Amino acid sequence: MPIRPPGVTRALLCLEAPLSTTPSSAPLRRTPFFEFHVAAGGRMIDFGGWELPVQYAGLTAEHKTVRSAVGLFDVSHMGEIRVRGAKALDAVRHLVANDVAIVDGQAQYSPMCYENGGIVDDLIVYRITEDNLLICVNAANREKDFAWMVENNPLKGEVEFTDEGDQWAQVAIQGRHAEATLQKLTGVDLSAIKYYWHAAGTVAGVEGCIIARTGYTGEDGFEVFLPVAGAAAIWPAVVAAGAEYGLTPIGLGARDTLRLEAKMCLYGNDIDATTTPLEAGIAWAVKLKRPFFIGRDAMLAQRAAGVPRRLVCLTVEGRIARHGHTLLSDGAVVGVVTSGTKAPWVDANIALGYVPDALSAPGTRLQVDVRGKLADAVVVKGPFYKRA
Amino acid sequence: MSVPSDCLYSREHEWVRVDGDIATIGITEHAQQQLGEVVFVEGPEVGQVFDCDDEVGTIESVKAVAEVYTPVAGEVTETNDGVIDNPEAINEAPYEAWLLKIRMSNPSDLDALMSPEAYEEFCNVG
Repeated sequence: MPIRPPGVTRALLCLEAPLSTTPSSAPLRRTPFFEFHVAAGGRMIDFGGWELPVQYAGLTAEHKTVRSAVGLFDVSHMGEIRVRGAKALDAVRHLVANDVAIVDGQAQYSPMCYENGGIVDDLIVYRITEDNLLICVNAANREKDFAWMVENNPLKGEVEFTDEGDQWAQVAIQGRHAEATLQKLTGVDLSAIKYYWHAAGTVAGVEGCIIARTGYTGEDGFEVFLPVAGAAAIWPAVVAAGAEYGLTPIGLGARDTLRLEAKMCLYGNDIDATTTPLEAGIAWAVKLKRPFFIGRDAMLAQRAAGVPRRLVCLTVEGRIARHGHTLLSDGAVVGVVTSGTKAPWVDANIALGYVPDALSAPGTRLQVDVRGKLADAVVVKGPFYKRA
Repeated sequence: MSVPSDCLYSREHEWVRVDGDIATIGITEHAQQQLGEVVFVEGPEVGQVFDCDDEVGTIESVKAVAEVYTPVAGEVTETNDGVIDNPEAINEAPYEAWLLKIRMSNPSDLDALMSPEAYEEFCNVG
């Protein structure tokens, strides 16, 4: 009974990190929280070269804990890139598709594109000050992104990019009790931090943290960047602080199903160098009216010609669609599934996939080829889950 | 890890319980642990005839897919609709949540299977 990934391109899990980034002989990297994962019964896997828990007691229960209470995630594998210089904002605005029209203490999601509109990565820019930005990037893309930014930095000599990935650990506290849990551990007034804002402070005695009201679950919550040295102390502190609310640690498996219910794209699955933000439904994070950024011309041309395909939400009858499965209409292949699972909270078989623009309207009926058997699917208006 | 003494075991982590010429087949405790919470099960049809090591079904958890192979050749005499309707039974009681029964056409297929002791060692080494 060989157990294999649902998709066609990945090992063990169809998640964020491709396997190719780390030679198989390289030792797995551990986060400051490794011992806690093992002690909590985490099933550790190789996740793009990091030894991280895919689940603890069970994915479904963990998923529901985040939806109904609060959960704690180790996301230390995420990459951090620092941008310094008086013109740091100008440099980043050249590189990313959003406008980075944010003030000190604010954050913004953006795709970063190639000249042809394909996506290098999707990322979050945190503005510390005008001349000091922190960019959080996908773990699997860290080296690629950093090289891309350095190479395409329009203000070489004036603006400096630094890969700080090794200096930061990161945890996410997500769910309706996230604020109450974290507030016990910091003097920073968390109620004053709005969605996509952040503040500096001490958390559980760990100095020099960045507390951001961001996340990848569809819930309210925080992502906390911590200096690696001393970071470990935060894990048991959060576990204890959240105990009264039912907090448990959450593995990467539930992280993936949570983001999928909330229709958040996963780089390497739903978006990559062959997809544009317009196709992927993240045009809201692209500001084509700006005079220039890398990929703008290609996206303007695509918009003028008509976006040929769109990433849509699908519900599937009877079977579970997976990454790489083909989508059919009237017997003809018209598209491909990019993510799919049995969704624990909305309790349906859900998927994301690319279909021609003409077949992207909610209510459109399609079929999915699930290992040679056809299942009925229907395009639905996303997201599958939206918090009240 | 539970390895019942009344079964034989395949290297693919199926168990086989023999009663005369009928082999009842399921997946082991080790297999269900590796797979995680089972959310979808698909089995064969009664009357289908399989060779040894043919694929006879699919088991999916939220994040993984596994094929089930029959370790013995023969004709399917019975399938377990209870497991198809209630996939988590495989996690709760893997040695009761059988997937299919086969009338063996070549009982010597059983010779290739492992004893409970050998299977336990196989899992510990693997």
